[in-house]
Amino acid sequence: MTAPMLEVRNLYKYFPIRQSLTDLLRRKPADYVKAVDGVSFTLERGEVLAVVGESGCGKTTIARTLIGLEEQTDGEILFHNETVGAHERRARAGLVPLESGGVGTREQQVLPRMSMKRLRQQAQMIFQDPYESLNPRATILEIVAEPLVVHGLARGREERIARVKTALEEAGLRPAEDYFLRYPHELSGGQRQRVVIASAMVLQPELLIADEPVSMLDVSIRAEILNLLRDLRQKRGVSIVFITHDLSTVAYFADRLAVMYLGRIVETGPAREVLANPQHPYTRALISVIPVPNPRQRRERVILQGETPNPIDLPTGCRFHPRCPIATAECGKIDPPWHAVSPTHQAACLRIEQGTP
Amino acid sequence: MNENWTLFKRNLAEFWKTFRKNRLGLLGAFLVITSILVATFAPWLSPYSPSDIIRDEGGHGLTFASPAVHAPLGTDDAGHDVWSQLVHGARISLMVGFMAGFIAMFVGSLFGILAGYFGGAVDNLLMRITDILLVIPDLPLMLILVATIRQLDLKISPLTVLIAVIGLLYWTSTARLIRSQVLTIKERQFVARARAIGAGHGHIIRKHILPQIMPLIVANTVLILSTAILVESGLAFLGLGDPTKPSWGTMLNFAFDRSAVTNGAWWFYLPPGLAIVWVTLGCVLLGNVLEEMLNPRLTAHHLEGDQNMVTVPGKGVE
Ligand SMILES: Nc1ncnc2c1ncn2[C@@H]1O[C@H](COP(=O)(O)OP(=O)(O)OP(=O)(O)O)[C@@H](O)[C@H]1O
Ligand code: SF4
Ligand SMILES: [Mg+2]
Repeated sequence: MTAPMLEVRNLYKYFPIRQSLTDLLRRKPADYVKAVDGVSFTLERGEVLAVVGESGCGKTTIARTLIGLEEQTDGEILFHNETVGAHERRARAGLVPLESGGVGTREQQVLPRMSMKRLRQQAQMIFQDPYESLNPRATILEIVAEPLVVHGLARGREERIARVKTALEEAGLRPAEDYFLRYPHELSGGQRQRVVIASAMVLQPELLIADEPVSMLDVSIRAEILNLLRDLRQKRGVSIVFITHDLSTVAYFADRLAVMYLGRIVETGPAREVLANPQHPYTRALISVIPVPNPRQRRERVILQGETPNPIDLPTGCRFHPRCPIATAECGKIDPPWHAVSPTHQAACLRIEQGTP
Repeated sequence: MNENWTLFKRNLAEFWKTFRKNRLGLLGAFLVITSILVATFAPWLSPYSPSDIIRDEGGHGLTFASPAVHAPLGTDDAGHDVWSQLVHGARISLMVGFMAGFIAMFVGSLFGILAGYFGGAVDNLLMRITDILLVIPDLPLMLILVATIRQLDLKISPLTVLIAVIGLLYWTSTARLIRSQVLTIKERQFVARARAIGAGHGHIIRKHILPQIMPLIVANTVLILSTAILVESGLAFLGLGDPTKPSWGTMLNFAFDRSAVTNGAWWFYLPPGLAIVWVTLGCVLLGNVLEEMLNPRLTAHHLEGDQNMVTVPGKGVE
């Protein structure tokens, strides 16, 4: 069996919190925002993995770490079985009290490394906010051509323009020439997101990391952008990590689904299977609030109580227990291990084993 | 090249469309442009050379002669034509002001960009240098510097010394302004996107940071010019100018040295004073209007023209 295109193993990203002087003097141990707290997944070529979860559960942090905008605290990111990320500089990772028990220096990895530059040719990110992710003083031509310029590809002017044109037209901006000399503020939100997608696709990457690509857009144009991504995946065979807080778009689009809660994946499996047969109470709560077109078919909605706990002081045991409608006393003590619902579908909840949910 | 030219013309046209509606801006531009024109065409605008002595029929120098046809602004204590001196003085004042202003702008922008973009130790070092310059009183420092450099007898022209001292002291406010702008710009998503594409620091600074702060730099330069011209006048008035190449400040210095006031020769000291006001007022008006028009913080370019911006993402599922 060949290695998956992308493999993430036990990824941790802790953001240190600035300490006050008095805390420093009292030698109080540093606090961390545990934005990503032990996440593993794989992605095959041409596959779409949806990562779903509430605001603040660490979705964007995963995306930024994958593309190398953040340095992981611990864990491995393998792209075609080569490690990426700046983890060689992370000898200091040993200073971080990881819950994985990773205190002390980690043994050196013997895997070949992929340079950041190469990774960034093969993986591209689509940011959430199309109003912010385009340089307001650059023209669309400059924006879409930028990856080519940065990587020293398509040096000839003719070739560059031809590739920009193809990318824009594939992203649904036709005729492309009409857009070349326009500025982002002359375009609508949907058009801007198409420009972002064109610029991500101009290098013909293998992996797109789309961080809530439609959440900032008008509802009426969301479907168009999702269709565009689906077409690109079919035509170009590009794999997509599709980050969203909106489960309703998932069924439409994703092959596999990973549900995140407070920095962890709590349930993962084929999208249809998870949606049809959710096991984790958190997944169930998320699914129960998806709007249903036919009001007569309305399911019973599970409204979660309470606020999301902050990712600095995580609850003990199962991190979902303060809000879980079926929590037992045990849940506050034991961190639930993975439970295989089917060979491809897993959930981390103690009560599955007891057969309750 | 062709499309760049098209874009440039379009941007200029857009700029002009808003600028022409602004009366203060137009006034400022008028004041600045007229003084530049006068400085440029000084030899054609002055009936005499500044060093010509105007004499009466008997061959005596006309000292402190009041304005008349042959000397439109009268003469000074030595019989030189004040108008000719004023027009030639514009060259010196503007040259020193502009060169010092550009040095200040260049140093300030460089420090501001490097400090803001790289942060950390670079920021600390550059900003401490800025702080030190900021707390030392300018005038005494400049007097000491200019006097010391002269003492060294380095065969540098006094004007060059003035330009260097003013240019190297007046960049601190620019540096702070640019730094704070860069600090916010570098956190914006299009910069993160450029990094994610694989762009290096040089590329990001040139293509993403600089275009955002360029308008601010332009506006700030115009404001710095007014300061530089004013400071030059002050130093020259205190006798630190070049007596062989009199600027407006030098003229004032002469006027007071040679008791123009007690002689009632207002035509000797009033014109250079008004000329200084003319230019600096022009620069301040123009600079403020440009800043107002171009400051990214005040216009928020990226928010314009689309109401969809208000669709805030859902807070997730609660
Ligand atoms: N640079 C940072 N420094 C400190 N804390 C951070 C940083 N970036 C993110 N965090 C924290 O990490 C947690 C996860 O943030 P993240 O942006 O990944 O969430 P998210 O799932 O993308 O949420 P959203 O749906 O709001 O985009 C949050 O508590 C956030 O405050
Ligand atoms: S382990 Fe307990 S608290 Fe956690 S999800 Fe399952 S039932 Fe709820
Ligand atoms: Mg996010």
